[in-house]
Amino acid sequence: MNPTTRRDFLKASGSLVVSVSIPGSVATAFSQGIGSSATIGGKPPLVPDQLDSWIAIFPDGSVTAYFGKMDMGQGVDVAIAQMVAEELDVTFDRVSVVMGDTATSCNQGGASGSTGIQLGGVTLRNAASEARRILVKRAAKRLQTPAEQLVVEDGVVRDPRYGMVSVSYGELIGGQHFHHKVEWNKRYGNALALKVQAKPKDPSQHKVVGKSFPQKIVAEKVYGRAEYITEVKVEGMLHGRVIRPPNAGCTPVAVDESSIRSIQGARVVRDKNYVAVVAEREWDAVRAAEALKVTWTPQCAPYPPMEKLHQHIREAKPNGKGMPVNRGDVDAALKGAARVVQAEYEWPLQSHASMGPACAVADVRGGEARLWTGSQKPHFARDGAAKIAGLPIDKVRGTWVMGPGCYGRNDAGDAAHDATLLSKLTGRPVRVQYMRHEGTGWDPKGPAAVFRGKAGLDAAGNVVAYEFYGKGFTRQEVATNESDPKDTIAGQLTGWKPKATIIFQHPAEVYGFENKRCWWETIPTLLELGSPLRVSHLRDPLGPELHFASESFIDEVALAAGADPVAFRLRYLAHDARHAAVVKAVAEKARWPARANPNRGKGDVMVGRGVSYTERNGTVVAMIAEVEVDRRSGRVWAKKFTVAHDCGQIINPDGLKLTIEGNIVQAMSRTLFEEVRFNENNVASIDWATYPILELADAPESVEIVLINRPEMRPQGAGEPATRTVPAAIANAIFDATGVRVRKVPITPERMKAALARI
Amino acid sequence: MTQKFSFVVDGKPASVTADPAMPLLYALHAELGLNNPKFGCGKAQCGACTVHLDGAPVRSCVMPVSAAAGKHIITLAGLGTPENPHPLQTAYIAEQVPQCGYCLSGWVMTAAAFLKSNPKPSDADIRQAMAGIKCRCGTHMAIMRAIKRAAQAMA
Repeated sequence: MNPTTRRDFLKASGSLVVSVSIPGSVATAFSQGIGSSATIGGKPPLVPDQLDSWIAIFPDGSVTAYFGKMDMGQGVDVAIAQMVAEELDVTFDRVSVVMGDTATSCNQGGASGSTGIQLGGVTLRNAASEARRILVKRAAKRLQTPAEQLVVEDGVVRDPRYGMVSVSYGELIGGQHFHHKVEWNKRYGNALALKVQAKPKDPSQHKVVGKSFPQKIVAEKVYGRAEYITEVKVEGMLHGRVIRPPNAGCTPVAVDESSIRSIQGARVVRDKNYVAVVAEREWDAVRAAEALKVTWTPQCAPYPPMEKLHQHIREAKPNGKGMPVNRGDVDAALKGAARVVQAEYEWPLQSHASMGPACAVADVRGGEARLWTGSQKPHFARDGAAKIAGLPIDKVRGTWVMGPGCYGRNDAGDAAHDATLLSKLTGRPVRVQYMRHEGTGWDPKGPAAVFRGKAGLDAAGNVVAYEFYGKGFTRQEVATNESDPKDTIAGQLTGWKPKATIIFQHPAEVYGFENKRCWWETIPTLLELGSPLRVSHLRDPLGPELHFASESFIDEVALAAGADPVAFRLRYLAHDARHAAVVKAVAEKARWPARANPNRGKGDVMVGRGVSYTERNGTVVAMIAEVEVDRRSGRVWAKKFTVAHDCGQIINPDGLKLTIEGNIVQAMSRTLFEEVRFNENNVASIDWATYPILELADAPESVEIVLINRPEMRPQGAGEPATRTVPAAIANAIFDATGVRVRKVPITPERMKAALARI
Repeated sequence: MTQKFSFVVDGKPASVTADPAMPLLYALHAELGLNNPKFGCGKAQCGACTVHLDGAPVRSCVMPVSAAAGKHIITLAGLGTPENPHPLQTAYIAEQVPQCGYCLSGWVMTAAAFLKSNPKPSDADIRQAMAGIKCRCGTHMAIMRAIKRAAQAMA
């Protein structure tokens, strides 16, 4: 049977091994058919410069696209299928997308930086268009008609002059490989790109791209039939639970194995500073992890008191610095300014707090290994697992299975290495799932930072100088992927030394201030080894942080200049039509009434509106938030959002709208509720009570979205750009409602109430 | 120390031999191998483990398996099927609600019980009834649309 759906395919290729493996399962899994070799023999090696690594066409005319990026629930795979169907001239339903398996797809970087369509999709588009070129060329030979005279309709090539004469893709190639080389830039990850002889279609010819198709996997999820990483079972597998220290930085001195002796089948697994338990049954592993008595080294107070975190950031000696924007002479212009506006902003540490704590399954036996992971970068997770297992990369297969939510380098990366290490140490397949306190408490955190804006105005209210400065933790104390054990807790506790990458950034906007300087400094990590407060990528890394500050500050400057916030932004965006267009579009849609001063409500519930605009890697977003602030409780309700969103060519409008909504609601949660709590010895945000997030009662009443489609442009990303626009839109709306400027996130009722009391 | 506990799950008899204190979640997910409910927090703070026990939504992550003995349990997969869907499932598919979808048991099982007792809810009723259910992907706008759509379909 030809695998025609993604699910059939995954089953056929042994990707979802649910109770099928037997001893020696690795070899079995490998031989069960990698890629399409179960149905098509003699597949060329899986390398990016082989067309067969990207596209396969089966005898029934169905098409499989092999995607080396990932969908994390927003339906990127649907968009990929649309782009492939478009270029091949087949109906959408014929295309299946297989993703996230090192045995079937090249490493395109996994889910990363909203590039699923922007980079990954464009590569698949090129591959599909090249496949069509080759197929039409073959058809030309078969039909003895010049290729340029042939048309393709749903995978059938014909000469329009002779309607009856045709040949299908299935007849032309089904059951064989292309064996065709394409030009590859010799890079893996996000940078992977292909050059092909074919020219992708002109956007004016698009029939499938630009239309909305639903996600088929949604029905499987809703009927409870979808299998997640938490449902992967390998015969003979043990259940593992990790033991994290009660205080950050402590290492085990003694482990009392007798403390779990009464729990059947439970035992301790230890390697250097790493401690875990395994058991035959899951509940026994959970109980053993609770019961195990470990003596730890004394607490070492690696963290500042939580209330002094931002003071610590201000005072810490920088370990990195950058000045990506330095135009004109800011200092001289500030000296000559009629007025200087200055403000500082603070953003806390935040947790991924994924819906479920991470899970992974690994099977390291007989000189080979398999890893099942919910990590959004399974190729990289495989690379790291190979190092943990001490095996060459080509002996390890990594397979992504959808997990309990993932928006960056969350705890899934750590779980992948935990499972691999435990399987290596026990010689059995091991399934590891974290408990909630490990999911929230011990995932890598989004960075905390302080920001300072400084602007000089002339007597007429024009900006003569602008400076923006940020200081905080590098956003990559551990790397964005787990290709090296130095970046996971299991690796760090077993002797791999971490090394942070210094990386920070400046606000992404194009305000045309004549004298403009943006710069940043990073500070050293608080604790080098196994820190629950280590920092890595959380959705739109540093995006909400920076633009909360920069877009709040622009409002403060507009106020000082006596200008309406929308008009003020447009004044400095006049040179960039695309950026100005989103601001104009959102103001028009929301019927923004020009105002130079806040409305300052008088009653118990004050209403206000705020605007913000941001860019992210080619996508421009402007947003107007309408909030209600309750004077009595301090509660802020962001009741309505109006959004204008330009991400170039739109592939799937409905999917895009749902993605934007998700960005907005999640970013609202981060703005109003989320802050990782800790004390000098450990993280204190360990569950939903200690790390609250937004609930349905706090969701907006409406989100109105204006999609600006630019078919002539390449598609840009949408997975993150709207996230960074939200915090300042809310803060600016609060200012309009109350006249109070909030410069610290999260804007909790307590903080809001205290701020209101100060006026 | 372990004991045998029997119940009916999605219409089929099932039993597990386990520690009486083991949460029902582990019986359903780990021992019986069901896809849902799911482990979210183990503290009844998120809803991902919600099942119906004799018709009422319960958090299976904190309910001991012994308390479920002899009862009828319905999981997300038992609420409806593609052939005979629950209106909430139809609405969730129409509105394309889930992103990661790990939270679904919480929302759908809680809303199914809620709509039975309150077939014509206001927006405020729905927001209140869903307190304590988490969704990390931020699909709340679509969740509201789907619950309202289901309520209309059931009216």
